Amino acid sequence: MPPEASGKSVATRQQVEDFLYHEAALLDAWKLDEWLALLTDDATYRVPSNDRPDADPANTLFTIADDIRRIRARVHRLKDKNAHAEYPPSRTRRMIGNVRIVEQTGAELKVEANFVVYRYRRDERIREYVGFYRYRLRVDGGSFKIAAREAVLDAMELGSLGSVSFIL
Amino acid sequence: MSNPTFVVNEPDALNFQVNRATLVDPAVLELERRRIFDVCWIYVGHESEVRAPGDFKTRNVAGRPLIFCRDSKNAVRVFLNTCRHRGAIVCREPEGNAKSYFCFYHGWTYNRDGALDGVPGESAYPASFDKCQFGLMEPPKVASYRGFVFANFDPKAMPLEDYLAGAKEYIDLIVDQSPSGQMEIIQGTQEYDIKANWKLLVENSFDDYHLLTTHSTWLDYMKRSGVEMKRPERGHLLPAHGVGKSLGNGHAVIDNVNFRGRPVAKWIPIYGEAAKPEIERIRAELVARLGEARAARVADTNRNLVIFPNLVLNDGSAVTVRTFYPVTADHMKVRAFALGPKEETAAARAIRLDSFLTFYGPGGFATPDDVEALESVQSGLATYREVPWSVMTRGMGKNEDQLNTDELHLRTFWIQWDKLMKTARHAA
Repeated sequence: MPPEASGKSVATRQQVEDFLYHEAALLDAWKLDEWLALLTDDATYRVPSNDRPDADPANTLFTIADDIRRIRARVHRLKDKNAHAEYPPSRTRRMIGNVRIVEQTGAELKVEANFVVYRYRRDERIREYVGFYRYRLRVDGGSFKIAAREAVLDAMELGSLGSVSFIL
Repeated sequence: MSNPTFVVNEPDALNFQVNRATLVDPAVLELERRRIFDVCWIYVGHESEVRAPGDFKTRNVAGRPLIFCRDSKNAVRVFLNTCRHRGAIVCREPEGNAKSYFCFYHGWTYNRDGALDGVPGESAYPASFDKCQFGLMEPPKVASYRGFVFANFDPKAMPLEDYLAGAKEYIDLIVDQSPSGQMEIIQGTQEYDIKANWKLLVENSFDDYHLLTTHSTWLDYMKRSGVEMKRPERGHLLPAHGVGKSLGNGHAVIDNVNFRGRPVAKWIPIYGEAAKPEIERIRAELVARLGEARAARVADTNRNLVIFPNLVLNDGSAVTVRTFYPVTADHMKVRAFALGPKEETAAARAIRLDSFLTFYGPGGFATPDDVEALESVQSGLATYREVPWSVMTRGMGKNEDQLNTDELHLRTFWIQWDKLMKTARHAA
């Protein structure tokens, strides 16, 4: 059953889960152009600094604070073989869980979900990025679009995780 | 490790080579801890990170847990974060405001000034036990220059300002961005590890030779965003002229004509049309305060400064304060901050932070590729017995300027490093 923009009870958790699982599959498969198509034209993508997880990038240094232009530039960069940190590309596998719709206002939903992203690179041991997502989703036809996605890491510092060079 | 040659420096023969064992051998790292990190002025933090009495940050600096704080009179202090009784850490939070520092192990308590003022069951100690003798210890020397606080674990170290030598001029250039001469660390810390020797990040932090290939995707992003990039002049690799300079005591800088934009104060299309008036206003303030020439020096050059051994102040797409420490010979921990003028408007601050992220940091468009480069170097260095030397002669014997893409500044670091590594620490 597609979500409707009519007002009450616009979306179910299952619909949101299906959407997030789809997004995760695209990212794990490095289908970055298809992933871009899930975003609104004013979308943001953020990863806050580990010691300021609830901050505003206008006054706080983040790890990533992209507007849609920089998201598109990021994808363009990642598709270039000279993006050395991701060439050859990392293999990732995302586990999304504890999905909650925390607020619905009209056609917009605030969603939170836990994640574990396993990242393998060359012969390196596993790196586990653990944290939770804050999403703002907009109902769009029979599905959703991502207006904002923020990946908040639980680690006290990035430390041995090194860089966030892929789309977290 | 009996008297190996670490650095071959033969200016007349135009020969300069670094022994790769210096980047791999754990015995070299042990010697570095004694002969570099125990005798040099090591950056601890910036005064703006602690503002009111009792404010503190705890951090590991040169292998020691430290409390960087303000005492009861609001003076900046540095305490060794260890209880005088059995050694436990007395402040276990990363930051905050402390009324006192409390060791939970047996309950010894220290006040904001480091004095011991609480000992449970004090009467069991002999009469000779004097609490005044058991305050929190401090590094033998602590000093600051224009807000940057350094510690030195050598009681006989030269004064900080003498040590900084020519680097002071370049710190001044950064601080001149602020109308009141006060810069501040902006909240949000980037802390990440690199599986590489710490000296590789020294080299990388002011090596412009790698820009074209390591950062081709960043240059491409700048170009696609409408940033003007001139074709390099004859004999040059980059769109703008830049030089490498030695500043004394192992400090060095690359000093470049700016093409990449600057929050203070050179607009580029990435900032957006809406940012133009703000950048112009900042520029006008600089000119009014400093005059045309000095304003241009501040606004139209970008500089990567290495203060020996492990502090990097890069004043480029924004100002980054970066310091790093070896964990093992092939593993370092990096701590990086953004620095901005204290009186910066909210709009200007937002431009600065956005500009920072175009290049710097673990999610930027450049730093992750630097990390990859250094880890790639470290992997290759496993062959150091078969391939023992790295050549570092770019620019040697040249009469013209030493360019930012030459290696004079790298050699400056290594010459000082080699000198100190040959110097046994004087008896205390």
